[in-house]
Amino acid sequence: LEPFVLRSWWGGVQMGPPDPILGVTEAFKRDTNPKKMNLGVGAYRDDKGKPFVLSCVRKAEALIAAKQLDKEYLPIGGLGDFTKACAQLALGANNEVLSSGRNITVQTISGTGSLRIGANFLSRFHGGSRDVYLPKPSWGNHTPIFRDAGMQLKAYRYYDPSTCGFDFRGALEDISKIPEQSVILLHACAHNPTGVDPKQEQWKEISDIVKKRNLLVFFDMAYQGFASGDIDRDAWAVRYFIEQGHNILLSQSFAKNMGLYGERVGGFTVVCKDIEESKRVESQLKILIRPIYSNPPMNGARIATTILNTPELRLLWLEEVHGMANRIIKMREQLVAGLKKSGSSHNWQHVIDQIGMFCFTGLKPEQVERLTKEFSVYMTKDGRISMAGISSGNVGYLAEGIHAVTK
Amino acid sequence: MSLFADVPQAPPVAVFKLTADFREDSHPQKVNLGVGAYRTDDCLPWVLPVVKKVERLIVEDNSLNHEYLPILGLPEFRSAASKVALGDDSPAIKDNRVGGVQALGGTGALRIGAEFLRRWYNGVNNTSTPIYVSAPTWENHNGVFADAGFKDIRPYHYWDAAKRGLDLTGLLDDLEKAPEHSVFVLHACAHNPTGTDPTQEEWKKIAEIMKRRKLFVFFDSAYQGFASGNLDKDAWAIRYFVSEEFELFVAQSFSKNFGLYNERVGNLTVVAKDNENLTRILSQMEKIVRTTWSNPPSQGARVVSKTLNCPELFAEWKGNVKTMADRVLFMRDELKSKLQALGTPGTWDHITQQIGMFSFTGLNPKQVEFMIKEKHVYLMASGRINMCGLTTKNIDYIAQAIHEAVTKVQ
Repeated sequence: LEPFVLRSWWGGVQMGPPDPILGVTEAFKRDTNPKKMNLGVGAYRDDKGKPFVLSCVRKAEALIAAKQLDKEYLPIGGLGDFTKACAQLALGANNEVLSSGRNITVQTISGTGSLRIGANFLSRFHGGSRDVYLPKPSWGNHTPIFRDAGMQLKAYRYYDPSTCGFDFRGALEDISKIPEQSVILLHACAHNPTGVDPKQEQWKEISDIVKKRNLLVFFDMAYQGFASGDIDRDAWAVRYFIEQGHNILLSQSFAKNMGLYGERVGGFTVVCKDIEESKRVESQLKILIRPIYSNPPMNGARIATTILNTPELRLLWLEEVHGMANRIIKMREQLVAGLKKSGSSHNWQHVIDQIGMFCFTGLKPEQVERLTKEFSVYMTKDGRISMAGISSGNVGYLAEGIHAVTK
Repeated sequence: MSLFADVPQAPPVAVFKLTADFREDSHPQKVNLGVGAYRTDDCLPWVLPVVKKVERLIVEDNSLNHEYLPILGLPEFRSAASKVALGDDSPAIKDNRVGGVQALGGTGALRIGAEFLRRWYNGVNNTSTPIYVSAPTWENHNGVFADAGFKDIRPYHYWDAAKRGLDLTGLLDDLEKAPEHSVFVLHACAHNPTGTDPTQEEWKKIAEIMKRRKLFVFFDSAYQGFASGNLDKDAWAIRYFVSEEFELFVAQSFSKNFGLYNERVGNLTVVAKDNENLTRILSQMEKIVRTTWSNPPSQGARVVSKTLNCPELFAEWKGNVKTMADRVLFMRDELKSKLQALGTPGTWDHITQQIGMFSFTGLNPKQVEFMIKEKHVYLMASGRINMCGLTTKNIDYIAQAIHEAVTKVQ
């Protein structure tokens, strides 16, 4: 037996696999090509490729600093003014759910924290199936989040690689076979990673079949406002489902639409049958939250609340969100124009039809590899690009590169 | 029929319920000796002057943005935080075998550490490893380890109610009898809720048994600097264990010593045998963090990092911490003197022997109820009081209330 000083507890700890997206960024950093592009980044960049701090955020920060507030613990469920404003933003100020008080909304550690609390809640209290159905594909972190919470993952068809669009028939077929009382996760808008969203008519049919199958709906809304530029339009599916009687679970993130990434601002909502049920659910959410982090961080929530509740700042925010969404839309159009100009004969319409930060180009792994090796364009192997990494300065270069590897 | 029809109403968390009740009380002389946050002599929250200064610098710095931190947190914060716990000249840091995981407060650091241990300690996913927490302990310790998946959470002897001090014999006996590889959660200083810490000689005895019996050391360090007013003194136990070659975890909180309660600033310091082990450990910590909160909040870590990494700000911070610790020490002296002057039955030496924010008064539940209902002095059912709730303005009232509780209620 080794002497105490030489023994270790951790010989059996395996090296964790590298995060695939981080790997892209690491490789990008090492590349010395001046024309290199990082299309893995999941954070908005301005037309100069720089991180963008919204003016409404800076203004809100100045207002907050002037108030000289204390730093006392928030309640477990977070800042009350924030959770109210957060729910209103998602559901619309006049929503019956809010006036009847039958929702419980807690502040969470951005979208991830929200999903995890939701997953933990389902694991502990959902008497139905352990299965959570994700669209195929979905955000890479959905699976480990639900798994770590003790749920099991299944999938329903979503993306159609032959059209680079929505596999509507496939989705309906699969959803119609999901066992009753299973959980189905839906991306409210700007599907990550494909950028493919159902049209309103398609959402209506999805709602019908989900109702028929008696499924518990969990919406992930990480891009409200960021997708179309219009916060109400982006929340349409969420509001429609509630109108149709689904008592949903909802995760919201303010990372992208307010650029508050590192401040970790999010919300988790359970739409309950009535206010009595919402109180019971609230009490149990607190019991789940307390042994994870006790209570949430203040800074980002205060900023978000100040913006949402100060009329001039709210207006400014809506403009800036619109601006971010517009730049993305413009880049989509310019990329397709550039591809046409380069002489590409492929149909690139999906680049314009898709929405939000990400685009599933349809590039195959070998093509992605060539794009990286020959053009220093970094992206994930599935052909996903972050539109935020594209600027008017480099969109032409990207078009040439994509054309070169696909002709 | 709702899917959630069977969700039972959960009981409220006691310490927050106490504050809620306090808020609703309209009695002019009401006092809140419940929740553990510092108060000035005017009974107000105190944003440390150095924190105000640094926050202003951050807001005015237009080169700073709100981008995501790395999964494990702000690098400058992690290294500075671990250094504060282990010391500038720590041989373990020199050996490059110390790492940090920025977490959401001390709670978050405990939880990430617990999740890691459940997955990778004492076999893979061994949920039956016994977790020992002191009797009594901060009530959330139980929840953290239980929700991380551990099935066997046990108390170890700690507080001796009869002698109002440490039950060393019981503690050492529990260490001797614990199954090998059990995890022990140790309070680095200013034990919550008793305020009773082992002496250096007692720590040495604890360490000797833990080494011999292969028990895992998990320090909870929520009050460094706040206990004695001296950072190094308050970290003595941690540094001793490190010097005895233990691989260990330290869950650090900067809520109290920086007054950054609501920004959720914590750090899980990992001391491993060597850098190779540390690297693998941190890679697995990343996976746990990624499904819990993805990456930690930026603001509080920036404040702490700027402060710890700048000599002038660091000195100013130490002064602020000493201010808080000194006020608490003064209130301890005053309370003991006043109780003695009143001739309150019993000995009150424990008030000044105990250390940190809390004091285990020795009041029983009936006496506590009297304090709350009749005197509007709010304290935990265990008899724990937050010394920070005492001020020169209310101490006479409080001493009188305790006197009445002890003499009128058995």
